[in-house]
Amino acid sequence: MKLGETFMTLMQKFLGAAAGMALTAGAAYAEPALIFDLGGKFDKSFNESAFNGAQRWAEETGGSFREIELQSEAQREQALRRFAEAGANPIVMAGFAFADALGQVAADYPDTKFTIIDMVVDAPNVRSVVFNEHEGSYLVGMMAAQASASGTVSFIGGMDIPLIRKFACGYAQGAKAVNPDATVIANMTGTTPSAWNDPVKGSELTKAQISQGSDVVFAAAGGTGVGVLQTAADESILSIGVDSNQNYLHPGKVLTSMLKRVDNAVYTAFTDGVDMETGFNVMGLANGGVGYAMDDNNASLVNADMQAAVDAAAAKIASGELAVHNYMDDDSCPALTF
Amino acid sequence: MDFLTLIQILDSSVRLATPLLLACLAGLFSERAGIFDIGLEGKMLAAAMFSAAAAAITGSVWLGLLAGIAASLVLSGIHGLASITFRGNQLISGVAINFLAAGITVLVAQSWFKQGGRTPQLQGDARFEGYDLPFAESLGSIPVFGPAYSELVSGHSILVYVAFLAVPASWFVLYRTRFGLRLRAVGENPAAVDTAGVSVVGLRYAAIAICGVLCGIAGAYLATALQAGFVKDMTAGRGFIALAALIFAKWRPWSALWTCLLFGFLQAVALRYQNIDIGPITLPVQLMDALPYILVVVILAGVGGKAIPPRAGGEPYVKER
Repeated sequence: MKLGETFMTLMQKFLGAAAGMALTAGAAYAEPALIFDLGGKFDKSFNESAFNGAQRWAEETGGSFREIELQSEAQREQALRRFAEAGANPIVMAGFAFADALGQVAADYPDTKFTIIDMVVDAPNVRSVVFNEHEGSYLVGMMAAQASASGTVSFIGGMDIPLIRKFACGYAQGAKAVNPDATVIANMTGTTPSAWNDPVKGSELTKAQISQGSDVVFAAAGGTGVGVLQTAADESILSIGVDSNQNYLHPGKVLTSMLKRVDNAVYTAFTDGVDMETGFNVMGLANGGVGYAMDDNNASLVNADMQAAVDAAAAKIASGELAVHNYMDDDSCPALTF
Repeated sequence: MDFLTLIQILDSSVRLATPLLLACLAGLFSERAGIFDIGLEGKMLAAAMFSAAAAAITGSVWLGLLAGIAASLVLSGIHGLASITFRGNQLISGVAINFLAAGITVLVAQSWFKQGGRTPQLQGDARFEGYDLPFAESLGSIPVFGPAYSELVSGHSILVYVAFLAVPASWFVLYRTRFGLRLRAVGENPAAVDTAGVSVVGLRYAAIAICGVLCGIAGAYLATALQAGFVKDMTAGRGFIALAALIFAKWRPWSALWTCLLFGFLQAVALRYQNIDIGPITLPVQLMDALPYILVVVILAGVGGKAIPPRAGGEPYVKER
């Protein structure tokens, strides 16, 4: 038999087998799916955290999941529909920018459960997970002000959107809670999505902030943050990472990382599976949704007093005794002007 | 604004202007020879990735620089093949190079290093460190001149000095050598050059090779001097700002220097002062970011003399019709 014919026969066999598999699989067991946002799966930050959650689920249950990394805005709806058509359930998407696409798609697939992280979509088959980033940022803001010798701390955001201002606002409130006279400098990298991937600009912003006296900088800026942390380490000031634990990037030079447990949100969604409860889901300090990172890399930078003060504030926020203002409630911040 | 702040802003301007200047001179050589090149961005990106990768693997930043230049030259070669040899559309070839570079850098970095399309962090000899000029320490105490010399002029990475020296070198090559005369002629009237018995194709390939080398240095500067590694899409549109600068400079080396410094200065000011308060109105930072493009539109509209591109630009040369 010729090579080409062999190949054709093989192909037919495979296709037949795959079709059979798909029919049985669809009935018995649905694979969950995860869609990453434009930052990419390994951004060492938000998307990577989502991936880690899915990976944890896969390791613990032995299951498998589908995934896709978006390359452009136009793919959002397409990716959602492809997964829904293929029978993936539930479908988890990491990123606020999926809201519009999901709003259109969700109604077309009433039997599929969706989870959107960082945004609220009001549909009967959607779980909306939002994080209280302002609470986590408040804690790292406190640590920044305690670690600062100059009394000036700073913040570098990625793209200038309300979500990132929410980080900045919580951070400023935390810093001023420790030191009412603290100066908080806040800069945004830009207003277009390229602001998430411009480490050069991140570096220059850091240098500009250092020259204005800042000695602790908090970056909530995706790939731009890599440049911020690098420059902070080069110039011997402290930095604070975001979303994932970034302490290991520059051991002994990253004060802490503001953790946003996107991994927990993905893990829970995958674990709940097709029986997931939909609706509004807030992950804050009270239920382990946000926090700050401690490990060997930053142990020498955080003393017992600092940690005690931060843990006390965390307990107060969790119990509701202390309220941190959320920028997105009224688009204004008492501790910071943009 | 005190003197020290001014020095810091100018210092930042120089750092930000360097990749623009290198890319702008690269575009200058290419376009002066009649090859439009909107693939500057892609070449810088590829150079950034391969220089960081080679520096990370070998531990030598100089090998990294060579690898970056090589990567950029390969893309230049593709551009040349498509637009010189096969007489394709230069703009489309340039767009293709930008897409190719955006995809292939992340793909290769992911397959080599498994760090999500990044390269490992560079340390020590794998990075270009600041280079102190002679007497920077001893002259630092002289008022005004001292800090200006030790902070602003000294202490940059060696590639910054290369970029600034490339300006008079480009001017000399283009206006004082036979090669430069022919190169400019080939962008204005390739038929005349051909009639004189000089190879149009050869000159154009030489021009894009120079373009490739300069883009390679620009990319290596981003990844191994300003930063300590490659990050996806890290050029962030600098190749396009360089093109804008090229038009603003009316395709002249010295004007390119001043334009790139101006654009670098605008960026540095925007980074230092987010919103600028001037009496009754506040200039938002977005305006500062958009200013380079606005200036180009103003220039193209004919304010301050016409910007005339090389006459044969964008046209593939056909020997006989």
